[in-house]
Amino acid sequence: MAQETLTSREYPGRFPGRGNLGRNRARDIKERVIQGALFLAALVSVLTTLGIVLSLFSETWDFFQKVSLAEFLFETEWTPLFSIQKFGIWALVSATLMTSFIALLIAVPLGLVAATYLSEFASSRARDILKPILEVLAGVPTVVYGFFALFFVTPLLQRIIPELSGYNSLSAGMVMGIMILPMVASLSEDAMSSVPASLREGAYGLGATRFEVATKVIFPAALSGIIASVILALSRAVGETMIVAIAAGQSPNFTFNPLETVETMTAYIVQVSLGDTPAGSLAYQTIFAVGTSLFIMTFIMNVISQWFVRRFREVYD
Amino acid sequence: MSAIGVGEATIKGGGPPPASAEEMFRPNLAARKAKGYIFTGLGILSILIGIGTLVILLGDVLVRGLPWLDLQFLNSFDSRFAERAGLKAALYGTAYMMFFTILFALPLGIMSAVYLEEYAGDSRLNRFIEVNISNLAGVPSIIYGLLGLQVFVRWFALERSVLAGSLTMALLVLPIIIVAAREAIRAIPSSIRDASYAVGATRWQTIRHHVLPYAFPGILTGNILAASRAIGETAPLITIGALTFVLFTPDDPMDTFTALPIVIFNWTSKAQAEFHDLAAAGIIVLMAVLLTMNSLAIWLRYRLRKRF
Repeated sequence: MAQETLTSREYPGRFPGRGNLGRNRARDIKERVIQGALFLAALVSVLTTLGIVLSLFSETWDFFQKVSLAEFLFETEWTPLFSIQKFGIWALVSATLMTSFIALLIAVPLGLVAATYLSEFASSRARDILKPILEVLAGVPTVVYGFFALFFVTPLLQRIIPELSGYNSLSAGMVMGIMILPMVASLSEDAMSSVPASLREGAYGLGATRFEVATKVIFPAALSGIIASVILALSRAVGETMIVAIAAGQSPNFTFNPLETVETMTAYIVQVSLGDTPAGSLAYQTIFAVGTSLFIMTFIMNVISQWFVRRFREVYD
Repeated sequence: MSAIGVGEATIKGGGPPPASAEEMFRPNLAARKAKGYIFTGLGILSILIGIGTLVILLGDVLVRGLPWLDLQFLNSFDSRFAERAGLKAALYGTAYMMFFTILFALPLGIMSAVYLEEYAGDSRLNRFIEVNISNLAGVPSIIYGLLGLQVFVRWFALERSVLAGSLTMALLVLPIIIVAAREAIRAIPSSIRDASYAVGATRWQTIRHHVLPYAFPGILTGNILAASRAIGETAPLITIGALTFVLFTPDDPMDTFTALPIVIFNWTSKAQAEFHDLAAAGIIVLMAVLLTMNSLAIWLRYRLRKRF
């Protein structure tokens, strides 16, 4: 904690005064009990993580008693709900990667330009107005984005690309890009704003223009934070569910053609959850196996993102 | 080495001498500044693309849904016929679920934040708790759904009840509440605490009577934002098996239930076009609720803010 708080050893209630000043057993016990209760509350978050890992891994373990890891990782067909069952996760992962990639194609250029503008070009008045409006985009429920992708963006795109199927990863990915745009913009803007003013002023002092300061001084100095924001946005896109479940379709399809109907990992979990799947059945276990894969993917991305911030941060005095 | 020295060395060592120093260091300021203007245009454009999408989205939803939006729509149960279908079960389900979500998440979140800000030293365990919370914030919401399905629905045998949904949602928004409450607590200067200690208050008395009251606006704002996140969440509720078609309002925490975003999703995935317009009407209601809550949060932040 950055701020100064008294540690329990320096705590003033215990100084060796006379009379009752330092010795109030009931009060000391109460303080201890409260501290213990607060600590237990903080432990709930640790228990949550434990619960996630336990619930995912227990069912995934059972799943791999019936299906080999090699089939799961190296096959490209996913048909666990059919009579001939195949369990190649790549049919789902390809769709997840494709929709996320399309989302990044939209969000990264727009987000970084917007962040640079907000941090280096905009007046503080413009920034105070534009930034909160942009962040409204992040607060729109994903089911609403899904509706928009399916009933507005897809029909619009079909006029330009007639062979676009009704469910496709293109429109889902594009709308997802708009959803994660404020995340890229906001986190990158934070990274750029925290570059010390002395660097900026130094560059201006040498006669650089605003554009040169932004692109040659601020952007490189904030690069670790910018990369972290992009990875975090990617992780969000990979875990995003409702947009792809509504607009990208529900047919597992190992393809990288953005015009076709596909099914992402998250959409598959939704599809099975909507049906009546008895606990303990293989179909029930598949959603945990897919969930575990998803959890591991996003966890690795989040860790890399944090590592980038720590490892490559330029430290200035 | 002096600047003049460098200049001489360059001139002596180079091939053909440059015409003049002015040409060598031609500032070309107009062209360089023009890049800046172009970039400003691009920056505004990319923000406008985002905001424009939002405007188009809202416009599209309003055009589709507004004709369906009336009291009968808000006060009817779902139906196989679009004209008779309404949001009653969803509204009650969402309200009921949110009540319990806040009931679980708010005390836990505030207590965790107080512990981490006011008590926790720099120990290995405390650092682990902090890293853990920031990692939890990045876990996809559907994973929380799988957690709820396995732990609450199955192991705790809560079935597909309001309670199971609320507990799942509470864990989902807990990191948001903790982060907001910690920021609010951290913003209180230590002079406030020192003054309280100086008149003999214990640590808990200081927190109870000074730190928490001052941090209240920030905590409240974070809580409203967490609630608005939970109201819009669909995936975890589908995963734990909240129903899509419900013809009653829940009146017991163990009842099965549906919620606003689930009904919207259900209508969206129907074949008949009327239900798509109905989904749009549901979205209007959902967005109106969220807008009200967020405006309230912003208003409270300005209204109750104290400057130290």
